[in-house]
Amino acid sequence: MNKINFLKPDNKNLPLFLFIGSLFILLSILDFSLNNFFDRNITYFLPRFVSIFTPLIFGIIGFHLIRIEFSGIKKLDLLNKNINTSNFNAALSLFIIFLLIFCVPPLLNWFIFDANISGNTKEACTGSGACWVYIKVWFNRFMYGMYPNTEQWRINLSFTVVLAFAGMGFFMPTMYKKYLTLYYTIFLPIISFFLIYYLISGGSFGLVWVETGAWGGLSLTFIVSFFCLIFCFPIGMMLALGRRSNLPTVKYSSLGFIEFWRGVPLITVLFMSAVMFPMFLPDGTYMDKLIRVIIAITLFEAAYVAEVIRGGLQALPRGQYDAAKSLGMGYWKLHLLVILPQALKLVIPGIANTFLALVKDTPLIFVVGLLELAGMLGLAKTNPEWLGFSMEGYVFAAIIFWIICYSMSRYSQNLELKYKTER
Amino acid sequence: MSEKIIQMENVNKWFDDFHVLKDINLDVESKQKIVVCGPSGSGKSTLIRCINRLEEHQKGNIIVDGTELSENTKNIEKIRAEVGMVFQQFNLFPHLSILDNCTLAPIWVKKMSKKDAEELAMKQLEQVQIPDQAKKFPGQLSGGQQQRCAIARALCMQPKIMLFDEPTSALDPEMIKEVLDAMVNLAKGGMTMIVVTHEMGFAKEVADEVIFMDEGIIVEKQPTKDFFAHPKSDRTKLFLSQIL
Repeated sequence: MNKINFLKPDNKNLPLFLFIGSLFILLSILDFSLNNFFDRNITYFLPRFVSIFTPLIFGIIGFHLIRIEFSGIKKLDLLNKNINTSNFNAALSLFIIFLLIFCVPPLLNWFIFDANISGNTKEACTGSGACWVYIKVWFNRFMYGMYPNTEQWRINLSFTVVLAFAGMGFFMPTMYKKYLTLYYTIFLPIISFFLIYYLISGGSFGLVWVETGAWGGLSLTFIVSFFCLIFCFPIGMMLALGRRSNLPTVKYSSLGFIEFWRGVPLITVLFMSAVMFPMFLPDGTYMDKLIRVIIAITLFEAAYVAEVIRGGLQALPRGQYDAAKSLGMGYWKLHLLVILPQALKLVIPGIANTFLALVKDTPLIFVVGLLELAGMLGLAKTNPEWLGFSMEGYVFAAIIFWIICYSMSRYSQNLELKYKTER
Repeated sequence: MSEKIIQMENVNKWFDDFHVLKDINLDVESKQKIVVCGPSGSGKSTLIRCINRLEEHQKGNIIVDGTELSENTKNIEKIRAEVGMVFQQFNLFPHLSILDNCTLAPIWVKKMSKKDAEELAMKQLEQVQIPDQAKKFPGQLSGGQQQRCAIARALCMQPKIMLFDEPTSALDPEMIKEVLDAMVNLAKGGMTMIVVTHEMGFAKEVADEVIFMDEGIIVEKQPTKDFFAHPKSDRTKLFLSQIL
């Protein structure tokens, strides 16, 4: 055991190095944790500016000692290859570990350990953490807005039916598979529209009429996003084709349309739809503000979708057009059979991006007085009974939006994989 | 003498200021095989792309199978359905299987039933000896197989004329032969063919006439034997001395 060189760890004294190294790393984490949580500095005897950095120094020494190539221990080799390749990387890893130790426990405390969930009044919130009672009490409003409590089954029923119809597409027999696109783009929106018109809005079949101003919460987020997503895609596709058309009228009207909608902020568009648009309607006609808002967002997003799809169209080699033309295909056959299937596949990530942005833009409809999830939060936080709980509300909304957006993102990745072909 | 299937009279074409085709006069008879050669940039590809109007000519007349090429889109689509074309870069549709590549146009343009189209496609794929690849996608095939599939795809439209735009230029030397074999078979079957190529062996074997182009002009047009044995112009002699 003579002549151990501690500056150059090697395979021969593996257990010794491993032991001392791990000890140092443990010491470093212990030092940091004690400092952080209990205000105890175990290196108080050192000068102050040194003792601040002791956890980092111990850690780097520890990582240096266990940096032994081809040790034969699988986990250690993996560690050395990935996060312990040099002193700098070791320092970065330590820094991240310290950051986690610093952030995670307080967050967990706020979210779970110090949080209150039982009870029904503000007084039940005695802990220093989050007051989930607030969310619990307001949950119904966050989901359904001002929709009358006794009528909420109508929303639940409509959503269940739409989901069931959407799910049916997956289990369709193979021989009807070619109508799937038609089913999703035409049949489903029509069904959804009638459900919303007759069931949620009511007014006939003995159902109480509920005006759109009372709709709200997460269900309104879904309604607005659903219709905007479904309609902005075909419109955007037409605009993209129009912009590349050889016919000057089609080309320049598409161009003008796209540039107009891309040039104005969404919030102005919504204002216009609420304030200016009714002025242009002939006297006596009336269009519901929810429909106006959906049209406004649809046209706005269609311009973005158009530009994304145009990117895909331009990425295709000219030979594809030549080949399709040489087989006698006209404009529509060429685009529907050859160009669009390839171009749309290329732009799935871009389309997903636009759609995510759309969902997250829906809160802006508060400017016309429609309160979806985020809008209801704004309303709830100004309620004099429940002042001071906006934090819980926004965290709740963030989590809900994150779940929606993350599932959409996963779905788009799934689609990308499904339609992947070699070129 | 058989009928003239393609007639070109004083055809001129410009790319902006660049005069690509200068007063081209060319008649092709039914079942004739013509090879077009010449240095790059001489306008040979543009010439055959004009025949099915992938390029527009600005002056002169082109009459294909009795129909004049003009702005009339119906005429253009009709002619394109009768004129098959094979490209240098294959240009198969990568999102469709080999079989679907072949059946797409017959089903949608010629309104054939799916069953008939598939039968026809399999027959054509057998002709070019890749029936076993029918279920694969273009990306999974070698260059030679892709080009043979492209030939089969064009033949599925049962064209009267086949145009080949440097069909072997993008291929490995080893794969050139399998594509040329498919083309020789096609020629023996009596198809009218116009081939832009530098494969002089192929020209000697199947061509009735060879055309030499340079700078947008048809410099020389002779029956194959005479073209190689007694080229008239000096430019042709120079070209042949370099390529043979």
